[in-house]
Amino acid sequence: MTKLRHLVLMGFLILVARIGWAADPLVITSGTDRSTPVAVVPFGWQGGNVLPEDMASIIGNDLRNSGMFDPVPRQNMISLPTQPAEVVYRDWQALGTQYIVVGRLLPSGSQFNVQYALLNVAAEQVVASGSISGTASQLRDMAHYVADQVFEKLTGIKGAFSTKLLYVTAEHLGQGNTRYTLQRSDYDGARAVTLLQSREPILSPNYAPDGRRIAYVSFEQKRPRIFIQHIDTGRREQITNFEGLNGAPAWSPDGSRLAFVLSRDGNPEIYVMDLGSRQLRRVTNHMAIDTEPFWGKDGQTLYFTSDRAGKPQIYKTSISGGEAQRVTFAGNYNASPKLSADEKTLVMVHRQEGYTVFQVAAQDLQRGTVRVLSSTSLDESPSVAPNGTMLIYATHQQGRGVLVLVSTNGRVKTPLPTAQGEIREPSWSPYLN
Amino acid sequence: MEMLKFGKVAVLAMALAVAAGCSSKGGDAAGEGAVGAESGVDPNAGYGAGSGSGYGSGSGYGSGSGGAGGYDEAALRSMTTFYFEYDSSDLKPEAMRALDVHARDLKSSGQRVVLEGHADERGTREYNMALGERRAKAVQHYLVLQGVSPAQLELVSYGEERPAVMGHDEQSWAQNRRVELRR
Repeated sequence: MTKLRHLVLMGFLILVARIGWAADPLVITSGTDRSTPVAVVPFGWQGGNVLPEDMASIIGNDLRNSGMFDPVPRQNMISLPTQPAEVVYRDWQALGTQYIVVGRLLPSGSQFNVQYALLNVAAEQVVASGSISGTASQLRDMAHYVADQVFEKLTGIKGAFSTKLLYVTAEHLGQGNTRYTLQRSDYDGARAVTLLQSREPILSPNYAPDGRRIAYVSFEQKRPRIFIQHIDTGRREQITNFEGLNGAPAWSPDGSRLAFVLSRDGNPEIYVMDLGSRQLRRVTNHMAIDTEPFWGKDGQTLYFTSDRAGKPQIYKTSISGGEAQRVTFAGNYNASPKLSADEKTLVMVHRQEGYTVFQVAAQDLQRGTVRVLSSTSLDESPSVAPNGTMLIYATHQQGRGVLVLVSTNGRVKTPLPTAQGEIREPSWSPYLN
Repeated sequence: MEMLKFGKVAVLAMALAVAAGCSSKGGDAAGEGAVGAESGVDPNAGYGAGSGSGYGSGSGYGSGSGGAGGYDEAALRSMTTFYFEYDSSDLKPEAMRALDVHARDLKSSGQRVVLEGHADERGTREYNMALGERRAKAVQHYLVLQGVSPAQLELVSYGEERPAVMGHDEQSWAQNRRVELRR
């Protein structure tokens, strides 16, 4: 047990070290197990009114959510500069801060112009600076944009703070009366918009790689059917109308095909549909349950869940046929496979041998080591940010379904602000910019 | 029309007489049926014995049907939800007894029904969708083996999406792992 622990810990350190090495060596301390202290100073604003958004707080939360940065609490700040010329480096050296983000908003017609800068405290120099304009309703977008710029400058990894989430809510209004909605929000749960409402279940929402279309399962016809919806226009297309299960839609990396599950031939099998020709190809052929397909980047490999060995485990197969290969061996329940963008890590719902709880875990596909990322008992539907630094999953808190954001290095775990009812099945968008 | 109806009743009565006449044999037949319904999963010894003894009491309602219909049969007929063990689609003996009554009714009425499969909340939603269907299929197979036409049975799985009970404990989960027969 201790040995296993060491191994897992070592894997953890190696992962952290890797992130360090992959990053710009100039700016991030490699091989450390500590988050980098960074101060995001409240942004200046000379206008008389109070701004509807606290830019610095949004940027600080973004950086913290990555698990790589530790924002300095505002009350510890000795001075509050809003532009590089006002920075007294001594103040920040005393706090042990490695980087500072400063900024200010200037009125620009009916818009705001945000000017920001990133400074290295030890080197006493500006590392990056820029500006962006937008309306009051775009202040959050601009804050996430600044966070993306800062994050990429400091880590060499493209920021994913301007991405979106899809998720499903279920509000129980009475016996046999539930209101289901499909929501789209910022990655941090803010600004949720309803995309679909139904009295019948909605599940498995999923972003197309173009970020403009989504696929999901809706029971609105009293049977599960797969739909594609265009986010901007709201236009919907019904994709399947087969007897039995119609479920678990997953977009191919080029967005031209959809993998999903049908049980029309007797039991759940995975199929791939070409969305242009609507031609259907059956991929799996086994009397067990085969479900939850997830595409490899090559557009040829499908990872999926199957209980062909008795309990659900994750397998992979080529869409052109051939034997399925088993991928997971640790634990007696592994399902809902998702790959990180570099395809080195498999994220899944996992139950350890001898345990009764379901948790989100990451398997290193080269070493085979498994690391449990969540700590509650009914954790499911993991979805990974496009840059692999964060993931989101659904769990229960006080008997209610909630979403939890966790950094893949395991350091930060944040429950998202919750709407009414149960929240479930989060799905992370691709990069949208 | 009258003749046809009479013919059906006669066939039914004969079938009942056979079942009542050799209850232990009826138990064996049900056991084999159950194996089919589980798609190849071996029933354990305890399970087989359970269905055997169940048919022992079946002779009770065999004689009852000669009269106005016994209490047992009415109770079994009112049982339209069938429960399952965790991650299992094996029919329980009491479910089979109730399904025997439903099978007789469906054969004589020709009515169409929906078999709704459900799972508890543990595990992933899409896997549970498949598990709910597997349970509905187990009920379907059992009814078909009793002579119900597959065309009368429509299947739909709701997975864990429509729990009967909202709790998050074993008691609630046990009530949510079910197939509902809906007319």
